[in-house]
Amino acid sequence: MPNFITSYLGSTLTPGSAGSQFWALIYVLIIFTGVSVAVMAMNWLERKALAHFQIRLGPMRVGPHGLLQPIADAIKLALKEDIIPAEADQFVFWIAPLIGLLAAFTVYTVIPFGPSQAVSDMNIGVLFMLGVSSLGVLGIVVAGWASNSHYPLIGALRSSAQMVSYEVAMGLAVISAVLMTSMKSGTGTLSMIGIVQAQQEQHVWFIFQFFPLGLLAFVIFAIAMVAETNRAPFDMAEAESELTAGYHTEYSGLRWSLFMLAEYAAMISVSSIAVALWLGGWMRPFPNLLHAPAWDLIFSLFPGLTFVGLAAIAFIGTVRMPAYSFFKIQRIGLAVFAALLGFLALLLLVIAVAGRSADASVAARFNQGIGYVYWFVFKVAVFMYLFIWYRATWPRYRFDQLMKIGWKVMLPISLGVLVLTAIVGVIVS
Amino acid sequence: MSVHGNDRTNDVSNLELETPETPYLDANELIINMGPQHPATHGVLRVILKLDGEKVLGTECVIGYLHRGVEKIAENRTYTMFNPYVDRMDYVAAVSNGLGYCEAVEKLMNVEAPPRAQYIRVILTELNRMASHQLWLGTHALDIGAMTPLFYTFRDREEILKIFERYCGARLTTHAFRIGGCQYETYAGFERDVKNFLTFVAPKIDEYEELLTTNRIWLERTKNVGVISAADAVALGVTGPVLRASGVQWDLRKAQPYAAYSKFDFEIPTGENGDTYDRYLVRMAEMRQSLRIIEQAVNTIPEGPIMGKVPKVIKPPVGEIYHSIEAPKGELGYFIVSDGSTQPYRLRVRPPSFVNLQALDVMVRGLLVADVIAVIGTLDIVLGEVDR
Repeated sequence: MPNFITSYLGSTLTPGSAGSQFWALIYVLIIFTGVSVAVMAMNWLERKALAHFQIRLGPMRVGPHGLLQPIADAIKLALKEDIIPAEADQFVFWIAPLIGLLAAFTVYTVIPFGPSQAVSDMNIGVLFMLGVSSLGVLGIVVAGWASNSHYPLIGALRSSAQMVSYEVAMGLAVISAVLMTSMKSGTGTLSMIGIVQAQQEQHVWFIFQFFPLGLLAFVIFAIAMVAETNRAPFDMAEAESELTAGYHTEYSGLRWSLFMLAEYAAMISVSSIAVALWLGGWMRPFPNLLHAPAWDLIFSLFPGLTFVGLAAIAFIGTVRMPAYSFFKIQRIGLAVFAALLGFLALLLLVIAVAGRSADASVAARFNQGIGYVYWFVFKVAVFMYLFIWYRATWPRYRFDQLMKIGWKVMLPISLGVLVLTAIVGVIVS
Repeated sequence: MSVHGNDRTNDVSNLELETPETPYLDANELIINMGPQHPATHGVLRVILKLDGEKVLGTECVIGYLHRGVEKIAENRTYTMFNPYVDRMDYVAAVSNGLGYCEAVEKLMNVEAPPRAQYIRVILTELNRMASHQLWLGTHALDIGAMTPLFYTFRDREEILKIFERYCGARLTTHAFRIGGCQYETYAGFERDVKNFLTFVAPKIDEYEELLTTNRIWLERTKNVGVISAADAVALGVTGPVLRASGVQWDLRKAQPYAAYSKFDFEIPTGENGDTYDRYLVRMAEMRQSLRIIEQAVNTIPEGPIMGKVPKVIKPPVGEIYHSIEAPKGELGYFIVSDGSTQPYRLRVRPPSFVNLQALDVMVRGLLVADVIAVIGTLDIVLGEVDR
């Protein structure tokens, strides 16, 4: 077994490309559980961060600082009565959340957490990603239709209109990033890993390439991805104050939670696309400028230090917890949580120090892998925070205004960016 | 259009609707019920919407889900006993309701509250106007999708409610005034509390404005939405900020000064376009004007008794009276017919929300569903007052 693992760790290919089905399966399982846990964490974080934006405390009761709230919610939702309205189209109603979920999770097959840390390195990765992630809208449309109810129907209509107006601009923005990959090597690539490697070769994140063209394309994508995932300020498909709950008005319990799971998974996946295409994917900041071994060590300490920070926050929370006996269990729980985070931090720091040499030892490979995943997840986390921030700050666009922005502002700009990128690219090379 | 009683069912056959210009495209209009259980109808308002896609072809309001028969109750209570009931109409501006009622009965009895009581009334009423506008702002912004202002306004409204609580023990349904004056003298530190509140809240209003006034999405959602012309507004009997936003400078505090309002210097903010954005601006300006009034009142509050010469048993002479005040939502009028007994023969309330609600149909025709929500929010209705 150790041999088996080291043989894998020595590989520079993704399991999909290397043809190792066993490792591919392991990766799928890791990503599935990882994303599910991330969704739960995101759920807690969103409620907490949103609460703090709004001078509230957010969940405080279930577990220390509400840490167990997502689990409690999941249990509650799973145990709820499974209601399918009598007038609904039973089969379609049943399958709609699954479509959304499947689309949201399938995208993760091509998301490059590192040069070999992905399920597969598909040569049409970007195309696959765009195609599959927009399938998620089908789930929404179908759910709204199958509910056989007015509000969900309007929500579904809005969602489909939204998709039509944003997919185009989004696609064009992506193409301009793909165009940039052909700059040095002369041949572009649609592979997600290839795109990040192209940024590595060109020594620039594509967001800064041909300034401001890369930035513009990125901004367009960043707006379109909010619309794509139906988040505020483009959340009219589920606009609470207008359509009660939009397309999932008739859904409850487990099916509803599947929609939520799909929505959050989609948020993470589109953020991943943005990170891979424009923000250097798994690369740490300035990999070419600061490439001395000392810098390598410093940057490889970041994952450990992040966990040290989290452990410190949890520890401060433990200390600041009121001294009533009522809080005793919560206090112990939070202390254990802090200890766990501290242990993880220690582990990561040990790996960082042990694997500081650039040889191909297991520790070094491990260290590298952790670095890749850490920087990727860190950048994605910034986007997730932005999603929460948007929601706390902005009112909701109206449906026709959203279409107007999509067609009259974003489409022309993204077309222009695409054409200019091509021209500048030809001139420069 | 109209506002109907509760006996209406889903029958919309007599909704006056325009025939579509392209009848062959008129496949199926969608009739949906917005409310009575809906997160954005501010209570139990039911609006039957006739939609073409998302475009609103017509609306019909069905009200009465919160009808408690306040006016009938008045006939079976003495004048004093009825006083707390008026707080339950517009429960977010209970002080204004109480002021209107007390002044109406005082006018009927030909007594006047002493100056100190008048000042206390003005201070509390203006504080209540602030609270009402803050609540409106929070819920209106929430309807349009901005969640955060709600919590900011609730945080600041809390300070007003604390002052009420210290003054009379109640936060919402205050029953602060009595016929002939006020029951309670101000507590020690009342003036300090009010002054502290003034300095506390002025920057907070800037904070709300920072979030919304120049926010691009807010502008797009509110400009030219739910426009009502001055002529239409007057014809429909619309009052309050909704009327003033259409450019009519009509405020009962200036037009027919009551309480001590004639002694204070303040302006009547007006709008120009009569759209949702102007109504927003007018209310924001009104909050600042309220601060001005409170400041003047609290600085010049006279000493003296707080209760006028009112008999123990209130028995107004035979007659009738109509007295109206400028409540936060518009003209709040009380029409009282007295038969000389201890109970009103008939009491009729002219609630601003009820009358303003009639403008809904005029304002939303041709707009989209999302705008209906914005317009309901901007009308600032309280169903407790609409249904009574």
